[in-house]
Amino acid sequence: MTLTEIPETAPELPVQVATPELEATNERNDRRRGFLMALPAFSFLTVFFALPLVLVVVYSFATRNRFGGTDLSGWNTDSYQELGSDLVRQVLTRSLVLAVITTVICLLLAYPFAYYMATRKIGIRNLMLVFVMIPFWTNFLVRNYAWYVILGTDGPLSQVTETVGIGPTRLLFTQAAVVLGLVYGFLPFMILPLYASIERIDGRLLEASRDLYATGAQSFRHVLLPLSLPGVVAGSILVFIPSLGAYVTPEILGGAKTTLLGSYIVTQFLTARNFPFGAALSTVLMVIMLSATIVYFRKGGRTL
Amino acid sequence: MNTTAPTTPAVSIREVTKRFGDVTAVDAVSLDIADGEFFAMLGPSGCGKTTTLRMIAGLEFPTEGSLQIFGDEVGTLPPNKRPVNTVFQNYALFPHMNVLDNVSFGLRMSGVEKKNAAMRAMDLIDLVQLTGMEKRKPNQLSGGQQQRVALARALVNKPKVLLLDEPLGALDLKLRQEMQTELKTLQRELGVSFVFVTHDQEEALTMSDRIAVMHDGELLQVGSAEELYERPVNRFVADFIGQTNLLPATVAENDMIVLDNGSKLLCPNPHAVGSKVSMSLRPESIRIGTRDAIPAPDQGTSLQGVVSDMSYLGHALLYTVKVDGLSLEVRSEPVSADRRFGPGDDVAVWWDRTADWVVPD
Ligand SMILES: Nc1ncnc2c1ncn2[C@@H]1O[C@H](COP(=O)(O)OP(=O)(O)O)[C@@H](O)[C@H]1O
Ligand SMILES: [Mg+2]
Repeated sequence: MTLTEIPETAPELPVQVATPELEATNERNDRRRGFLMALPAFSFLTVFFALPLVLVVVYSFATRNRFGGTDLSGWNTDSYQELGSDLVRQVLTRSLVLAVITTVICLLLAYPFAYYMATRKIGIRNLMLVFVMIPFWTNFLVRNYAWYVILGTDGPLSQVTETVGIGPTRLLFTQAAVVLGLVYGFLPFMILPLYASIERIDGRLLEASRDLYATGAQSFRHVLLPLSLPGVVAGSILVFIPSLGAYVTPEILGGAKTTLLGSYIVTQFLTARNFPFGAALSTVLMVIMLSATIVYFRKGGRTL
Repeated sequence: MNTTAPTTPAVSIREVTKRFGDVTAVDAVSLDIADGEFFAMLGPSGCGKTTTLRMIAGLEFPTEGSLQIFGDEVGTLPPNKRPVNTVFQNYALFPHMNVLDNVSFGLRMSGVEKKNAAMRAMDLIDLVQLTGMEKRKPNQLSGGQQQRVALARALVNKPKVLLLDEPLGALDLKLRQEMQTELKTLQRELGVSFVFVTHDQEEALTMSDRIAVMHDGELLQVGSAEELYERPVNRFVADFIGQTNLLPATVAENDMIVLDNGSKLLCPNPHAVGSKVSMSLRPESIRIGTRDAIPAPDQGTSLQGVVSDMSYLGHALLYTVKVDGLSLEVRSEPVSADRRFGPGDDVAVWWDRTADWVVPD
């Protein structure tokens, strides 16, 4: 959106005949005002986001000393070479696969829901929005422990399946439990952008496609889906990225055999006290996320 | 589709009602639209025109009643199974597709192979004079051009009936008039029925073979422009089609009617003695002159009054004449300034035996 500001002239100044110089001065003032307004957020991000990021990258080239500290000298790429090890590759692959699965499941669940929501009357729509956001009222950690209890060996889920005769479920500490927890945790981040983009689509376009001999499925494929692509892209990024780096959920529901990238990095920093290696892992993770984002925006973002 | 005798109407609507909750949008409407006819649906906003059109298209199903297209019952058939296409109000062009893809959409969906579809689409793009614009997106086109794309997108499928919902509503006057002529020509060349929804009576009158006038979900009258203009069935139609003076009156004996101000006028009509009616007199069919100039003073086709206003319209003069509390608009030739009447002049107005028309209240 471009805002055209009405130029203000202080009342005591005489109104002047327009000249290119005056116009340039005006534009300069506008730009300065815009910059001043962005300054607080800008400084905050610089101090608390950009600097730590730089620090992580710097540390990844540093050396771990014998006492578990880090020497900011003798710069090298040893940490990056360690990334090639089988263990790292395993953890990385597992994390990517789980993140992709989580994203796809979220997309499949969220799309019909978002469509349904976007096509309701405004009152019902708002009510549904509240329902989508209700989980946010409770702490993420608490909600994960709730799943821990539900999925536990003698938990409610197991008892139910046992009662109906399927036998007990052993879900806790499996990858399925992690995916379940991630889907549960990040589903709203898929629903909301999808809803926002579907809601913007003119319903008559779908009618027009039906009028032009498209079946319901063809309407979806050729009109609804392409037009809601910005929402699909945004939602997928918002689910994929936190899933890839997830720490809390895999930690609580995943157990030891299914270490994911998030836990692995934490271990490097806190247990192994190998700051450079942890930093290198983090840097790689960020690069993956960044490239995923860029690729995604290139593919679908043009309509954003 | 079965083979159709020439008498089978393109669209046949029988006692069709559509309710949305407790709103009755279309109320027991029956009408036939002939094959090859330019048919207009006219009425003020909210009278149910769009809903009727959408039921023909299959975008809305009737609550009650029968709807046939070339003799086949289509009541609850989905839109993609009907041999009709729609030009939507504000066009509803696909914003993510260029002109060519928009126009070939219908063909592609009905299974025509890509090259072939593109070729046929190009023919239509040529027909609506958009050659060279096929790679543009809708938002790179002017309103008039978008309108043409919408038209091409519908016509490329060779529909048996083309439905148009206020297709010219968003265009400025000049373009609108051009498009009226073009649409009419196109319809004649293609020989396809056009069902054209509009709230603009002038547009309906100039373009259509027949017009259906709707009001509050009800179909009031179907007829040619001439029939509607000269023999409206009620006050609403008389008032809505063209301009007219509606004088409230009561039917008296011997073909007389008594205006609410007491004047007795001769005005043969089929309505029962004592019933409340309105006499419709078109401004252009009333003559104005001095009181001694009335050609037939005792025939009950004249009134005496006083000019209260006169405006110069270029091609005509428009007088407002007060007659005992009634106010009449009179349109006359643009005579030279010294022969015009001015406010306060005593005048008489009279009309031909055939000029008046009585409608029930
Ligand atoms: N989907 C709908 N839900 C509820 N009411 C509707 C709907 N569509 C139309 N209506 C109502 O039906 C009436 C006729 O509408 P419409 O056919 O659009 O009129 P027109 O096209 O003549 O302006 C209006 O009162 C309108 O509010
Ligand atoms: Mg309408």
